[in-house]
Amino acid sequence: MRQFLIRRFFFAISALIGATLITFFLSRIAGDPRFLYAQEGGYGITQERWDALGVELGLDKPIIWQYAVWLGRIVKGDWQDSLLDRKDVLSKIKKRLPPTLKVGFLSYVFATVIGIPLGVLSAVKRGTVWDYLARAFALFGQALPVFWVGIMLILIFSVQLRWLPTGTLGEGSFSWKHYVMPTVTLGWIAAATYLRLVRSSMLEILDSEFIKLARAKGVSNNAVIWKHGFRNGLIAPLTFSSLLLTGFITGAVVTETIFSIPGLGRLAFDAINNNDFPIMVGTVLVFTAMYVFFNFVTDVLYAYIDPRIRYA
Amino acid sequence: MAQADITADLARNIGAERGTVGQIWFVLRRWPIIPVLVLGLLVFTGIFADLLAPHSPFVAIPDNRNIPPVWYDPVVLNVKDASDPLAFPDPLNLGIEEAAIKYGLDPTGLDTQEAVEEAFLAIDLKPKVHFPSWDHILGGDNIGRDLLSRIIKGAQVSLTVTAISLTSGLLVGVSMGLVAGYFGGWLDEIIMRITDVWLGLPFILVAIVVVIALGQTMTILLILLALLSWTPFVRNVRGETLTLKERDYVALARVAGASTFRILIWHILPGTINTVIVIATLRVGQLILTEAILSFLGAGIPPPTPAWGAMVNDGRPFINDAWWIAFFPGVCIFLVVMSLNFTGDWLRDRLDPRLRQLN
Repeated sequence: MRQFLIRRFFFAISALIGATLITFFLSRIAGDPRFLYAQEGGYGITQERWDALGVELGLDKPIIWQYAVWLGRIVKGDWQDSLLDRKDVLSKIKKRLPPTLKVGFLSYVFATVIGIPLGVLSAVKRGTVWDYLARAFALFGQALPVFWVGIMLILIFSVQLRWLPTGTLGEGSFSWKHYVMPTVTLGWIAAATYLRLVRSSMLEILDSEFIKLARAKGVSNNAVIWKHGFRNGLIAPLTFSSLLLTGFITGAVVTETIFSIPGLGRLAFDAINNNDFPIMVGTVLVFTAMYVFFNFVTDVLYAYIDPRIRYA
Repeated sequence: MAQADITADLARNIGAERGTVGQIWFVLRRWPIIPVLVLGLLVFTGIFADLLAPHSPFVAIPDNRNIPPVWYDPVVLNVKDASDPLAFPDPLNLGIEEAAIKYGLDPTGLDTQEAVEEAFLAIDLKPKVHFPSWDHILGGDNIGRDLLSRIIKGAQVSLTVTAISLTSGLLVGVSMGLVAGYFGGWLDEIIMRITDVWLGLPFILVAIVVVIALGQTMTILLILLALLSWTPFVRNVRGETLTLKERDYVALARVAGASTFRILIWHILPGTINTVIVIATLRVGQLILTEAILSFLGAGIPPPTPAWGAMVNDGRPFINDAWWIAFFPGVCIFLVVMSLNFTGDWLRDRLDPRLRQLN
C-alpha cells in the first residue's frame, strides 16, 4: 500500500511538471511577452523600458532557468502578476474558481443521480422499454457534441419557451435557473458514461454465482439487487470517475464560453488568446492539479474498497 | 412447462415467429445496418464532396445571408446590415483578391481602394423578398455561403483529418505497445509512465496553447489529434503482447531462429489486431468530437475551410433568427459519432468481448 501511494504520488508530480513545462515552453514560442506591454496605450515602448522588462521577467536567462525560477515562485505562493492587467494571478484564479467548481460539482451530482440509478434500472430490466430508454439517453449523451447541446438548450429553453435565462452568471444575479442549462450540458456526457459502466458491470454481477446463491436462499429481489449486486457493481464505475473529470475540464472551457460563465475555463481561454503566460501556465497548473488530485483520490478509494486490487 | 410452450418460446427466441416489423427490428438489432449506412454515406460524401456540393462552400453572397431552408415561407431579407464588420470582414483586411472571390465579384480591375469600395457598395443592399428554393436546400450561413455545400465539404475535411490522425496515432501507439510489452523492463516502464503522464494532461487546454503558439494550420491540428489518439493503443496492445509472448508458438518461432522484428510483426501483431480494430472504431468518434470542440473554440481547422464544429460556432450569435446554421452541422457530428459508437460496440462484442469494460 505504501509503495503504491508513493508511486502514485510521483506520477502526480510528474504530470504536473509535464503539463506546466509544455505550456511554459509553448507560451514562449508564441511570442515575446513584452509585446503585451508595448501594446498598452498604443504609445510603444522605450528601449530602456524594454530591457528593464526583460530583466524583470527573466527573459535574458535560458528558458529552462526561467521555468525553474517560475516553479520556485509557485511553490512559495508567488504566482506573479498577469501581463494584461497586472493583477495577482493567484487571486484572479481564486476569484474565477468558484463558478467552475459549482457547475462542475452540480454536473457531477447530476451525473451520479441520473446515471447510476438509470444504469441499475437498465441492467435489472434488461430488454424492456426502460432499458431502451436508458440506453438511448446514454447513446445521445456520448455522441452529441457538448457545445451543440448547450446552444440547442438555449434555443429551446431561452429563445423559444423563455423558461430559463441565457446563462450569464452576472454580478449579484445568481439564481438556480442560471445553473440548469450548464449543469445538464456538462453532466449529460458524464451521466451517459456512468450509465453504461454501471449497466455493464451490473449485468456481469447479476449473472454471477453468489447472486444466484442469494436468490436460491430466498433473499428478496430488492436486497439482491441493492445489497449484493449494487455494492459490487459500483467498483468498476468508480475507477472511471477520473475519466469524467477530464471531460469536465474540456467541458468547462466550452460551457463557460457558451453560457458566459466567468469561470476558470473562460479565464484560461482568454489568457491563451492574449498570450498572458502567467495566467496561462497558472490555469493549466490548477486544472492539472485538480485532475491529478481526483485521480489520486479515486485510486486510493478504489484500492480501499476492493481489497483484491494489487497495488501495482 | 409443457413441451409445446418450450418450443414456442424457442421459436420466439430464434426469430422464426415474427411479423414483418418484428423481423426488421430483429435484423436491425443484430446487425449495425443503419450506422454502417450513415458511415458509408459519410465516406461517399467525403470522397465525392467536390462533385456533390451544389455551390462553392467558400463564395459568400450577401443576399443569401441567413436565408432559411427550403421548407420555410418566403421572407423579406434586410441586407442593409451586411456592412456589419462582424458578419462581413473588411475586404481590405482580407486582401482584395480573396475578398472579391468571397463576395462573388470579378477581381480584375480592383486595384485601388476606391475601386474596391465602389465595387462593394455596388452590391445591392436593398431589402428584397427571398423565396426559399431547392437551389439552397438548407439555406445560407451567417455570411451567405450555401449551408449544404459547406456541410458536404465539411464531411470531407472531417474524414481526412480523422483518417490521417488516427492512422498515425495507431501506428505509433501499436508499435510502442508491442515494444513495451515484448521487451519489458525499463523500456516498458518509460513508455508506460509517458502514457500515464500524457493521460494526465488537460488536453484541450494544451492543444489551444499549441495552436496559439505555433499557428493554426492543418499540420499542427493533425499532429495534435494524433497525439491524442495513441494512448489507448499502447495500453491494450501492451497487455495483449504480455500474454501472447508467453505462447508456445512464439517460443517455437524463436527456436526456429526468427528475428525479434519478425516475431513482433508476424507472430504477435496479428494476435492484437482485433483489439486494435475495436479501439480504433471507438476512438474515431472521440477524435471527431475533439476536432469539433477545437474548431468550435477557434483552434481547430483553419478557416475558411468548413469544419462542422466551426460552423456551429458561426451560427451561435444567430441562434435567435437563424437556428439552422448551428443546427445542421451539429446533427451531422452527432450522427457520425453515434454510428461510430454503435459499430464500435458491435465489433467489440463480436471480436473482443474482453474489452467490455473499456466502454
